[in-house]
Amino acid sequence: MDHENLKNQILSLIPEAEFRENKQFLEIIVPSAKLNSICKELKNSGNTWFDYLFCLTAIDWNDHFMMVYHLTSTKHNHTLVLKTRVDNHQNPEVDTVSDIWRTAEFHEREVYDLFGIKFNNHPDPRRLFLEDDYGFPLRKDFTDEINMIVR
Amino acid sequence: MADEIVKNIILGEDDDYVINMGPQHPSTHGVLRFEVSLKGETIEKVVPHCGYIHRGIEKMCERDTYPQIIHLTDRMDYLSAHINNEAVCLCVENALEVEVPDRVKYIRTILDELNRIASHQLWWCAMGMDMGALTTFFYGLRDREKILDIFEESFGSRLLHSFNTPGGLMNDIHPDFQKKTKEFIQYFRKKLPEYDQLLSGNVIFQARTKDIGVLSLEDAIQYGITGPSGRASGFACDIRKIQPYSAYPKVSFKEIVYTEGDTFHRYKARIDEMYESMNIIEQLIDNIPEGDHALKMKAVIKLPVGEYYQRAETARGELGVYIVSDGNKTPYRIKFRSPNFSNLFIINKLATGFKIADLVAISGSLDLVIPDIDR
Amino acid sequence: MTFNIYDLSSFTQSVDAWLRNAMSPGWASLTEYVVIGLVFLILYAVVGLYLVYAERKVCAFMQNRLGPNRVGPFGLFQTIADLIKLLMKELIPIKNADKVLFNIAPFIVIIASFLAIAAIPFAKGLHAIDFNIGIFYVIAVSSVSVIGILLAGWSSNSKYSLIGAMRSGAQIISYELSVGLSLLTIVIFAGTMQLSSIIESQANGWWIFKGHISAFIAFIIFLIASTAETNRGPFDLAEAESELTAGFHTEYSGIRFAFFFLAEYMNMFIVASIAATVFLGGWMPLHFGTGTGFNHIMDFIPPIFWFTGKTAFVVYLMMWFKWTFPRLRIDQLLTLEWKYLLPINLVNILVVAFLTLMGWYFK
Repeated sequence: MDHENLKNQILSLIPEAEFRENKQFLEIIVPSAKLNSICKELKNSGNTWFDYLFCLTAIDWNDHFMMVYHLTSTKHNHTLVLKTRVDNHQNPEVDTVSDIWRTAEFHEREVYDLFGIKFNNHPDPRRLFLEDDYGFPLRKDFTDEINMIVR
Repeated sequence: MADEIVKNIILGEDDDYVINMGPQHPSTHGVLRFEVSLKGETIEKVVPHCGYIHRGIEKMCERDTYPQIIHLTDRMDYLSAHINNEAVCLCVENALEVEVPDRVKYIRTILDELNRIASHQLWWCAMGMDMGALTTFFYGLRDREKILDIFEESFGSRLLHSFNTPGGLMNDIHPDFQKKTKEFIQYFRKKLPEYDQLLSGNVIFQARTKDIGVLSLEDAIQYGITGPSGRASGFACDIRKIQPYSAYPKVSFKEIVYTEGDTFHRYKARIDEMYESMNIIEQLIDNIPEGDHALKMKAVIKLPVGEYYQRAETARGELGVYIVSDGNKTPYRIKFRSPNFSNLFIINKLATGFKIADLVAISGSLDLVIPDIDR
Repeated sequence: MTFNIYDLSSFTQSVDAWLRNAMSPGWASLTEYVVIGLVFLILYAVVGLYLVYAERKVCAFMQNRLGPNRVGPFGLFQTIADLIKLLMKELIPIKNADKVLFNIAPFIVIIASFLAIAAIPFAKGLHAIDFNIGIFYVIAVSSVSVIGILLAGWSSNSKYSLIGAMRSGAQIISYELSVGLSLLTIVIFAGTMQLSSIIESQANGWWIFKGHISAFIAFIIFLIASTAETNRGPFDLAEAESELTAGFHTEYSGIRFAFFFLAEYMNMFIVASIAATVFLGGWMPLHFGTGTGFNHIMDFIPPIFWFTGKTAFVVYLMMWFKWTFPRLRIDQLLTLEWKYLLPINLVNILVVAFLTLMGWYFK
């Protein structure tokens, strides 16, 4: 489905979506409170059918976090970038999407491990790579005088 | 809180027998720990623990300039090092909206496919060795040496090349490259059917791999299992067909898709991919256009503000490079969507209900390279 | 002392006579026992060492490489160097292991194979123990080694060792049946269990040729079952390095590990020599019928070389299997025995009994 049609489809499903500038894919940003239900809509609706989540990550913008989800549909072959803003920088929290796409369970553990973003209703909220008391390395305010080499 | 979760999730019932495979273990290829809870010989649950080789590549890339990042990406999935390099270079080139010369595209694709054959050869050796057929290890490595000799002549290094740079290649290929590659293809075309028969046709091997660890198409899409492991279950996820890059639009090859999804078909998919790789190389090797081996790029590369995503097909699945740039000479955030990270976590679902010996066969057929999981 | 290479019984009898002349009968017997014991010890050690060397060379040639070729000419002293290294290694004691059982286990395995080797006919006249229940004795004592393996796995107090030992125990006990039943076919043909009589009965042709199809089937089953008995080849789950890091002998180091290792190779030798004796004629040269020119030519080669050649051939076959096939899983292994080999064996015995009654074999 091409850009215009997809845009209209999504607007009809999710009136709250804001479209953003992106040269490659269609990008929308949604409010984080409704994240889970919006994702369910996007997955289950026949015209969009976003069943394959191929990248889940987070970006630290110093005063807020941005969760980024890259979705694609194996049936219709269109791609969407879904973003949601997490405003609380000290104790960030967002809903999990692991009940919709099973691969998200592990990507969200990695995001928790590296950024400290907690996911509500996650089935297995443990850290993945690092020790329990390590800190959250990918945050921009993370410093480690001994091990990090800064230019 | 962590203790309770650990007790509920990991250890299962009290009378389960828990053994550890790894982190140092002859058959988990790399440092990975499987905590296996058994009832007799049957597996109840497998919990993988990764992170033993987490080096913080994504954080390091935030400090390095774009040409310097290439050297870090080699070390993620080291068996497809060239493809990792190429993915980052393509992302940067697309962001800057520059087009590399055709010569570069052809050479990059040929090297991709040679790398794929070398990676699948190593996988084949290791799979035979895990199953107990120790001789396959030597036969596979013997032929892989020929590819590594070709690489060494052109790049100076056998495994971790770092030969790509944004804008093209670091140097031109050696004059003997085409001749040696053609000789290798001729030699390998005769050897591959031998290997195929030696292991695939063996009754014991088939009994140990058919109907073991069946992955359904639903699960493959849900868990994001890409590469030959996903294609053996029917998930047509080859990025070389969906979003072709470099010289892939100019070649014709078959995408290997099976529907059974068991260990034997994951094995077969990789063997068939080796045949297809040879076909691709044959279509390209004689037609490499003349020209520059790189574009003239600025000394300091700065990407315009924005976000860029590039997908590439490594030997193990879909690699994604996601660069967020704020206009500086280093990326603001770079994320590598690694294929092995997604492929690892299906192992609990696949191995439950089978025996320990099957766990080895299943993890061998998923072809995991651990540094790619941990980055 | 007369030394006739074709019939070493004259040599052994003359030594015996000399000893009885030199001292009283009691002392002479004691000296004989001690000498035979020493000869077997040395034979065990030397043959074991060189079998390890042979395996490494055979394996290397199949894998397109050279194998040991630096220590000594053609690498012949490699295993001696390895043995010296193992002797000098630290014996790591395990904290919570049962010390008595842990230390006894390797010895039990060695003793079992030692008992079996005593009954093997090496050449005409070189037969240490010639019971009238020869085959039965050999099968019985080689089953004692499973006790050693189970003790080793249990007393190591380690999960890997226990799993390995249990697998091995199940495997050995199952395959003993097939070993016994396949040897039984030749016992029916020959009419006796005494090893020297079985060899004598092959003076006009080896049982594998005389007994045609049934003996051939029994030979194949014996090869498969005995490879499984000795934990070798495609049945080496108990020590599957890529799964359980050495199985039941994980916790053993130094000389104790060397005992298990040596016992495995000597068991292979014993099993190969039983196969050579019962099916391929032991020290009997290749004869077809009686009294022809061909038989005279075959008789030129001394019996000891016939025996060594046949055993070497069967050992080579077993090594060939190991380096070609992948490993079987434990349940596939047990299925193979109980659902395939055992029924074939039983039917084969019925057929052989029928053939013997009707006389439908080459007499």
